[in-house]
Amino acid sequence: MKVFCNGQEQDIPSGSRVTDCLNMLCLDPLSVVVECDGKILTREEYASHELQDGSVLELIRFVGGG
Amino acid sequence: MLTIAGRKFRSRLFGGTGKFSSPEVMKEALEASGCEMVTVALRRIDLNNPADDIMRVLDRDRYLFLPNTSGARDAAEAIRLARLARASGGGEWLKLEVTPDPRTLLPDPIETLKATEELVKEGFKVLPYMNADPILALRLQDAGAVAVMPLGSPIGTNQGVLTRFQVEIIISQAQVPVIVDAGLGAPSHVAEAMEMGADAVLVNTAIAVAGDPVRMARAFAMAVEAGRIAYEAGLGAVSKDAAASSPEDGLGFLR
Repeated sequence: MKVFCNGQEQDIPSGSRVTDCLNMLCLDPLSVVVECDGKILTREEYASHELQDGSVLELIRFVGGG
Repeated sequence: MLTIAGRKFRSRLFGGTGKFSSPEVMKEALEASGCEMVTVALRRIDLNNPADDIMRVLDRDRYLFLPNTSGARDAAEAIRLARLARASGGGEWLKLEVTPDPRTLLPDPIETLKATEELVKEGFKVLPYMNADPILALRLQDAGAVAVMPLGSPIGTNQGVLTRFQVEIIISQAQVPVIVDAGLGAPSHVAEAMEMGADAVLVNTAIAVAGDPVRMARAFAMAVEAGRIAYEAGLGAVSKDAAASSPEDGLGFLR
């Protein structure tokens, strides 16, 4: 199935969870905050939240700023 | 000692983490500054080029993180960023920034007040970045801001305290700490703000883009301390007319 991560289309297996998606993108779950279809997920939800075909993910993290 | 929302700070200099040439230089400069609170921003990860994770070098036991809402153009965007910051483990502390105009990066007072009201309700400790408007400072304080952050001059301009007259009024009225933020480009600028009675200052650009950011951080730390001591010691009155420093009598033998 297809999901959209930060505006890019990604092919992932059906039934994938947020954790699977982060692993595929080589992102450390501890350094990323995930908004899925407009809802902010807690870290505890990453392993259980199942992605749907067409899900829109925003993957955000802290960067330097003033 | 400075206290904000019940938390004590030994250093009255707060640091930004943007614009440094590398995470290592940033780490060393922040250490040299002695600061205990640092701002960070939130951005989408570039999946084609995941940049260095700055959090890797920052010790969370040493620094209180103050996530900002930079990039937000209205209250709704700022609130969304604030919630993301909290979900990222950023805690409750928040530097609220709402800057709709990319040319001036001046804060929108109405959206800032609206966002402060909402975020205070949601349990955030809100430190709003604001124009140096004394009435707005009182309104933000009444809305529950734990400190106010009036600008010295626009972000990143290094122009110093162009808002001196207004900042003096804000300091004289505020019941919450006043942190002068933005545009402080030289140690003399922060010394001026601290001599005026500011509780703290926030500096990013001037340290990050200096020829030697680590030495510059130390210079800023010394200036903050000097300015604070001068304020506490009580500056002499300013006058238009000269007043001789040497005795005026005892000159009879000359005439």
